[in-house]
Amino acid sequence: MKSRKNYSRQSNSSTGVSRKQFMKNIGGAMLTGSIMAGTGFSLNARAAAAASPKTDTTASSAVEVDRIAADPTAIPGPIRRNTPKTHEIELVSREVISEIEDGVQFHYLTFGGQVPGPFIRVRQGDTVILTHKSAPENVLLHNVDFHSVYGTGGGAEATFVTPGQSQTIKFKAMYPGAYIYHCAVPRMDYHISSGMYGMMLVEPEEGLPEVDHEFYFGQNEIYSQQLAGEKGMHEFNFEDMRKETPQYVLLNGEKQAITANRRGALKVKKGEKARIFFVNGGPNLSSSFHPIGNVWTKTWREGAIASNPERFVQTALVPPGSCGIFEMDFPVASTVHLVDHALSRVANKGMMGDIIVEGPEDPEIFDPNYSA
Amino acid sequence: MSNAYVSKRVLKVSAVLKYRFFLLYILFTAGFGANASAQTDSMAFIEGGHFMPFYHTSDDSVAVASFYLDKHPVTNGEFLAFVKVNPQWRRSQVKSIFAEPGYLNHWSGDLDLGPRAEQIKDSPVTNVSWFAARAYAQWKGKRLPTLHEWEYAASASRDQPLAGRNKGFVQQILDWYSRPSPTILPAVGQQTPNYYGVYDLHGLIWEWVQDFNTVFISGESRADQGELKQFYCAAGSSAASDIDKENYAAFLRYAFRGSLEADFSVGNLGFRCARDKQ
Repeated sequence: MKSRKNYSRQSNSSTGVSRKQFMKNIGGAMLTGSIMAGTGFSLNARAAAAASPKTDTTASSAVEVDRIAADPTAIPGPIRRNTPKTHEIELVSREVISEIEDGVQFHYLTFGGQVPGPFIRVRQGDTVILTHKSAPENVLLHNVDFHSVYGTGGGAEATFVTPGQSQTIKFKAMYPGAYIYHCAVPRMDYHISSGMYGMMLVEPEEGLPEVDHEFYFGQNEIYSQQLAGEKGMHEFNFEDMRKETPQYVLLNGEKQAITANRRGALKVKKGEKARIFFVNGGPNLSSSFHPIGNVWTKTWREGAIASNPERFVQTALVPPGSCGIFEMDFPVASTVHLVDHALSRVANKGMMGDIIVEGPEDPEIFDPNYSA
Repeated sequence: MSNAYVSKRVLKVSAVLKYRFFLLYILFTAGFGANASAQTDSMAFIEGGHFMPFYHTSDDSVAVASFYLDKHPVTNGEFLAFVKVNPQWRRSQVKSIFAEPGYLNHWSGDLDLGPRAEQIKDSPVTNVSWFAARAYAQWKGKRLPTLHEWEYAASASRDQPLAGRNKGFVQQILDWYSRPSPTILPAVGQQTPNYYGVYDLHGLIWEWVQDFNTVFISGESRADQGELKQFYCAAGSSAASDIDKENYAAFLRYAFRGSLEADFSVGNLGFRCARDKQ
């Protein structure tokens, strides 16, 4: 904290671009980045850095972003190709400050300035030329371990970079499924807890079933020296991580991010079908992922899409360092809460996201006002 | 100023009289300083001793001879003076094998610190390769500190040497490591100096050392061999004891050095110079 005070002392003379403008730039660039993931374009968060050379050092003197929660809908769409393709993808490690909830700041370590990191989508048999770049403002070393890759450390050793540097690897997506990628530099539990994980989906050659919506979620827990809800900067707590007693358990990096209370709930229409891609970064807690007021119509545990799905699963266990693919139907108008059914993680610690199902009531299926 | 050195000698004279001598020490400090060469005004005397690098076992300490260390990291303004008289180290003229393209890229030109010149002239120079840092040190009649010298000096907290196992001190360092660098680095010398009178060894930038490339790590938590392996087993996750946490700050520095190549230009990597005790 001492050094931060020192930083702000000399900051009066700074800036030009307002912090708000800077955040807008960052947000825009990141959104673009995540939409382009897996389409062969670059996931270039560096564009964001270039667009915003002046942070307001009075506030915190570090790179701040307005929103860390990945937009669950901002993912590349289903693959329609029947032939293999080569993708060039850039994944950028970015250390940023953002808010867990209003007034509660945290030093996030991220891929692409969002949690979970950019959704990478390829088809089995595709080739990926992946460049891992570390933003020049970073302090720490980073790398990426892809669970979707055959090879030493899932590419971790070969993608190890100093701030400002980049490393490129090439790999072939040999097996289908939803796979986590994560930073594996010591301490990787600290890096993952702080946000360094995301999903790479390798679609089977025959593609995925038709759905109306696809949503992307990630769970991780944060270990802070402060209590949940305490205003100000939260410093990382290595001791609590060792004991596995987090202050926050989060869905998409912020407390109840995808609800009306924060970034807005997702909306679907009665009768539609959605597919949920879920990645559990952990680093330590398993998730008992459950849709309150609904059921997983189809469940591919561990994201093992080559297997036959289980049907009508209520609560699916997703261990840290793994994924799940779920389908759900929405036969009645309602609000579905996605939670970790280890319920002490929901209200105070923040592990919840909402899907609002719009449409006429259907008393045949559910009648909340029934009278005989 | 060799304050620490002087005060130690004074204290050795007599512990009983130390408070009385303290006044004398204050009075004479200026005199001692004037006797030393002009160069040492900007350098602190680091009295030699033994210390325990984080990866060593308990009977395996390292000896460090007495030396002088720059009180501050080298600033943009100081480095500008260097490239003015050494054109081969200007941005447009440096040989590509000595510095990668990012060399001094936060400046606007060869001899131009850019629109924020006033603000950054006292900030530590970064985006300099190891070759350039070494050339600067030679030009100054100095050298880069060795890894052991740097770690030894940096293990001092504000009021004690060898504080590498002091939890509060280490936590402060860790807190910096987990924080992104500001886009514009603050000026040098604004933090509290350490026991030796040296500023900014932690909390501002990473620093080159003479023998940075003697550290080998692969960047993979679970794969490293050799003397660091023992530590990796602990550092790869948080399963180990409190000692491990104290070591983590040191580990990060060693790992960072291990990731470097001599031509790298990194946005938060600078340097300071050292000199032998004559």
